Amino acid sequence: MSVDPNLSRGAPGRGHPTSEVRIVTVFPTLLGTYGDGGNAHILAVRAQARGIPASVIRVDPGDAVPVEADLYLLGGGEDDAQVAAVELLRPSALPQAVERDAVIFAVCAGFQLLGHEFPGADGRPVAGLGLLDVTTTRLSRRAVGELLAEPTDATPLREPLTGYENHAGATTLGAAVQPLGLVRAGVGNGTERAGHLVEGAVQGRILGTYLHGPALARNPELADHLLGLVVGRPLPPWPQPEIEALRAERLAAAGWRR
Amino acid sequence: MSPHSRVASGLRLRTAIGLGAVASSLSRALRRGDGQVIGGRVVLSACPDAFGRLTARRHVTFVSATNGKTTTTRLLAAALRTAGPIVTNLSGANMPAGMVSVLARTPDSQTPAVFEADETYLPGLLAQTPSATVVLGNLTRDQLDRVGEVAMVARRWRTAFADHPALAAVANADDPHVVWAASVLPDVVWVGAGQPWRADAACCPECGAVLRFDDTDWSCGCGLRRPEPTWWLDGDHVAGPSGRYRLDLALPGRANRANAVLALAAAARRGVTPERALAAFREVASVGGRYQVREYAGRRLRLLLGKNPAGWVEMFDVLAPAPAPVIIAINARAADGRDPSWLWDVPFERLAGRLVVATGERCHDLAVRLLYAGVRHVVAADLAAPWPQELGDAGSPGGPPLDLVATYTAFRDWLRRTGGDTDVR
Repeated sequence: MSVDPNLSRGAPGRGHPTSEVRIVTVFPTLLGTYGDGGNAHILAVRAQARGIPASVIRVDPGDAVPVEADLYLLGGGEDDAQVAAVELLRPSALPQAVERDAVIFAVCAGFQLLGHEFPGADGRPVAGLGLLDVTTTRLSRRAVGELLAEPTDATPLREPLTGYENHAGATTLGAAVQPLGLVRAGVGNGTERAGHLVEGAVQGRILGTYLHGPALARNPELADHLLGLVVGRPLPPWPQPEIEALRAERLAAAGWRR
Repeated sequence: MSPHSRVASGLRLRTAIGLGAVASSLSRALRRGDGQVIGGRVVLSACPDAFGRLTARRHVTFVSATNGKTTTTRLLAAALRTAGPIVTNLSGANMPAGMVSVLARTPDSQTPAVFEADETYLPGLLAQTPSATVVLGNLTRDQLDRVGEVAMVARRWRTAFADHPALAAVANADDPHVVWAASVLPDVVWVGAGQPWRADAACCPECGAVLRFDDTDWSCGCGLRRPEPTWWLDGDHVAGPSGRYRLDLALPGRANRANAVLALAAAARRGVTPERALAAFREVASVGGRYQVREYAGRRLRLLLGKNPAGWVEMFDVLAPAPAPVIIAINARAADGRDPSWLWDVPFERLAGRLVVATGERCHDLAVRLLYAGVRHVVAADLAAPWPQELGDAGSPGGPPLDLVATYTAFRDWLRRTGGDTDVR
């Protein structure tokens, strides 16, 4: 386990003194093939920009997953790496962290392994952690391309969700979860609920999604929502022209119309 | 084959080559490019086994890797040329059509060929050239939408190699995927070319367990481990069975020294001595425009290719030192990979203290990455002119050139914009 020295500093003298937000990036070498490692860094920077101290704790295979952190991030990975990760996580402190009300944000392979079951490299089902009421099987055709979704009322999000998907998972939602969004372009979970193709899953303080980009680079509202869950209040705006330009371009590319 | 059908099939190949030549010159006349790839495509559609037939009587070496295949091919071609003529492909024309086009224009049928091969096309090519030599550099994440995940590419390589045990290989011992794929072959010369980027080899390709890395060594409990290399890169030197030699390259950076060690080992297999190979390497100062300094709108630009995280981590040492500004051009067309998320795997924090000009079709993705990295930047979707004033007089005549790092298609655009590919091969 190592703490990134550049990120463990708070932003002194701004805002109210708040206890540090501890962000754990889980097995980035196994679950970081699609650039999702950026999500941890983005959360830390956005917290610090609001005067909230934040640190990123990187957990590598062989390290113990800390039990008392606030936010745990899992990213996308290759099939074998996904299976290796789930076996390392099974006996870890991650389930206890969920019981302690930690926030979990999981993308693609990380999303799938939180569910009941997902397909391994040979296609045979592998038992997931069962922390999220979803089950994943194989899509008949790999989903590759821009993904655009409109948030459901499972979260307070209002802005369209944009990202890039690259996966072969068909994820069916159980009764205990709500979809994160309704698909407007792309495939998302590749399954429907109430006649809508859906994207991602929300169950309490656990969020899963197929959005890469990384997701929190393209969707700052989602990043602030995760931080808001941790600190218990909404965060003040932090508008950045670079992010607005990127969002405008990507939404237009995916054919977004209000 | 009966004499009659042999004549018919020879006629078919000759007709296909004739049609290809017509297509090439048409394409050139319409200014659609140099016409090579289209010519090759026409030959292949008229005669699908053209590649196998055009290589039946010559030795073929394929160089494949995620990074460094163009440069390694170029260095190897230079070394082999000291012993006689060879056939080689233009940089980037690394799919079958590009190779067929070059072969179709080669007058004799025995000149040895050295081809850069796209890693996804390598298995298909080997089916037609079962006794080729393969030079294998590295497999890391790149164009995940087109190429697929690294483990998948390694599996395809391994299956193809197992089907063709007569292949000879020169392979990087420091890349676990390359080792796993090549180790099914009886004849492999292992090369310690190094692999600083390890994020794609967290899991053992054989058994899926987490690999152990220890300084330069790696191993797995299942028995897969780094093989003892015959040749290896040792700082500025290459060491091997016949001694230790200084690598005096015109090309900069560790990655090019690694390319040179692979090329040297492959040349040695073909009977070219290290002394002769190294002398030939020194003459290679740019590869397909990379590292060339070009003039554009009153500034001097050094063109660099940076297309994926493994390549980028080797780029920081090649760049002019801080506080020199850098221009970074990001595209996400098919040949770049449609998803530029990989920008988040590059430690751009290392550019702190410089100005970065973000350009290219996906400049906004880069700008957001630089925002979070705390790197001062300016966005200029189109660099035509005027130059961003933040650049000051960087790259002006009389001073050092301004580094421009571009993804594959952005690099091609800049090459075209500054006079085209003028490399002599």
